[in-house]
Amino acid sequence: MPIEVNGKMLETDEEGYLADLNQWEPEAATVMAAAEDQELTDAHWEVINFLREYYEEYQIAPAVRVLTKAIGKKLGKDKGNSKYLYELFPYGPAKQACKYAGLPKPTGCV
Amino acid sequence: MADFEVPVLREYPIIPKLKEGTMAHSSPYVAKAVMQEPLGFPGELLDNWKEVAIEKMGELCGKYRSLQVYLDSCVKCGACTDKCHYYLGTTDPKNMPVARQDLLRKVYRRYFTFAGKYFPKLVGAADLTEEVLDDWYSYFHQCSQCRRCSVFCPYGIDTAEISMAAREIMDAVGKGQKYCNEIIGKVFKIGNNLGLPEPALRDTLEGIEEDVEDDTGVKVRYPLDEKGAEVLLVTPSADFFAEPHVDGLIGYGKVFHEAGISWTLSSKASEAANFGMFIGSYENMRRVSMRIREAALELGVKRIVFGECGHAWRVAYSFLNTLAGPFDFLDPRYPVPQHICELTNGLIKEGKLKFDKSLNDDMKLTFHDSCNVARASRMGDKPGGQFVIPREIIKACCNHFYDMPADTIHESTYCCGGGGGLLTDDLMELRVKGAMPRMQALKTVVEEHGVTNLVAICAICKSQFAKTLPYYGFDMNSIVSLHQLVSNAIILSDAPKDDDENDDDGDDA
Repeated sequence: MPIEVNGKMLETDEEGYLADLNQWEPEAATVMAAAEDQELTDAHWEVINFLREYYEEYQIAPAVRVLTKAIGKKLGKDKGNSKYLYELFPYGPAKQACKYAGLPKPTGCV
Repeated sequence: MADFEVPVLREYPIIPKLKEGTMAHSSPYVAKAVMQEPLGFPGELLDNWKEVAIEKMGELCGKYRSLQVYLDSCVKCGACTDKCHYYLGTTDPKNMPVARQDLLRKVYRRYFTFAGKYFPKLVGAADLTEEVLDDWYSYFHQCSQCRRCSVFCPYGIDTAEISMAAREIMDAVGKGQKYCNEIIGKVFKIGNNLGLPEPALRDTLEGIEEDVEDDTGVKVRYPLDEKGAEVLLVTPSADFFAEPHVDGLIGYGKVFHEAGISWTLSSKASEAANFGMFIGSYENMRRVSMRIREAALELGVKRIVFGECGHAWRVAYSFLNTLAGPFDFLDPRYPVPQHICELTNGLIKEGKLKFDKSLNDDMKLTFHDSCNVARASRMGDKPGGQFVIPREIIKACCNHFYDMPADTIHESTYCCGGGGGLLTDDLMELRVKGAMPRMQALKTVVEEHGVTNLVAICAICKSQFAKTLPYYGFDMNSIVSLHQLVSNAIILSDAPKDDDENDDDGDDA
């Protein structure tokens, strides 16, 4: 089901992940979040931006541990834990945040 | 929380009333051509799929005599009917093992037996139609191939093998499952289920080394691609990525460190899982297995050890030697291959590992026997070792351990509800409902003994429980890795002494 972002139709897979990572723009994250009744705050953007940076370097989403460590370094130790990330992304940081960031869904036994 | 009804946990387990067709809508996403073709399967449903399916069925019955025996020998005694966690959780009669088998059996009878060819109605034989194929796709993806039913079948009919055959037939006609087939493709292309490339793996391992040093003061190594190491550790890629899996990986590293065994991970064989088994494809299972042999030869290791992964251990213990052997280049003094639990328990018995059990005193634990370890493999040199060894390790590093009811553990263990290639979000309703019998058993020990945590030695079980525990009112973090407990309690002999740390306080008495 494609989603409409700034007048363009972006192709997604069955679960709403972008078919083409390069088509992503910040507005796409807002549209996806709105469809799940979520408003994106600065705290969400910190995570989304980190995911995109990491993906650009490593071609994969970061492990939960890598993500929590990076967020902890940036925003303080009390936020460097998966509880904080689950509060932001109740469907799971690895999956929901990846989707908003335009990254493919992590697969496997996770 | 859910747009379906979550089963209620009761005072004691009951056999639910049947509700026909209640899971007929449950079907995983179908694999696209780009996921099918690298595995050697047609990209989409073939025009002549019926002929191809029947031909494939004949081929499989010829190749695997067990399959034909299973299809021929059921006497409808009913012993299996209430043994499947998916039946107990969904109440759909087609999730009774005998009914699931009959989906394939009725077609087998129609085309391969005398009575079925000439008097189909008398013997429950049926034509292969599109509806039958849809039923296959739905209900053979509601079997986690856990083999609990086969324990209770007086003929030993193995529904897992029937499910695998059904999936292989569906792959052969171009109707494969997205979750499994996309993942197998990633193993071929990148080396693991996650699609974790070598630089990302290296970065993740370096991060773990830093964390462990911060935490313990000891430089425990998590080496990658180090030639000449004694042990090649093959572990599920979830161990690099997910919680609580990674805490188990940290534990393996501490065990090797304390025992002074040199070891390495491999970027080529950076995955223990072998989803080729779930789809019943010998060819794909073999291709996935060969990476391990190649990595072991390239790195020049003397031993291969498998991390905490249920079905990987089945493939490793039961099939690896014929799939990718002979392993005559490995050290014959050790099991080929060896399970990390065998290694750790052996070291404990030799007195090479010491624990401060009190470090796990914040938890009261119970152990979930993973189906493929419990019913399709073994550990150690005695029957039942796969039940004894993990429990011995837990008891060596924890003070509080309680088993769940006897009919839910050991060879009667219930599947976590996410095994056999079903650990995907598009099957969430099935996964939650299939977890019910295990949750029911967990509830018993929570109430009787105040159990706080569930221990597992399988990546699928861990992810499945992290996701499904909250549906039943438990905390998602109550699932832990076995080697996480080892990691918590192990005494590293080269750790800085407490006295050294106190020096910083200037508290010199």
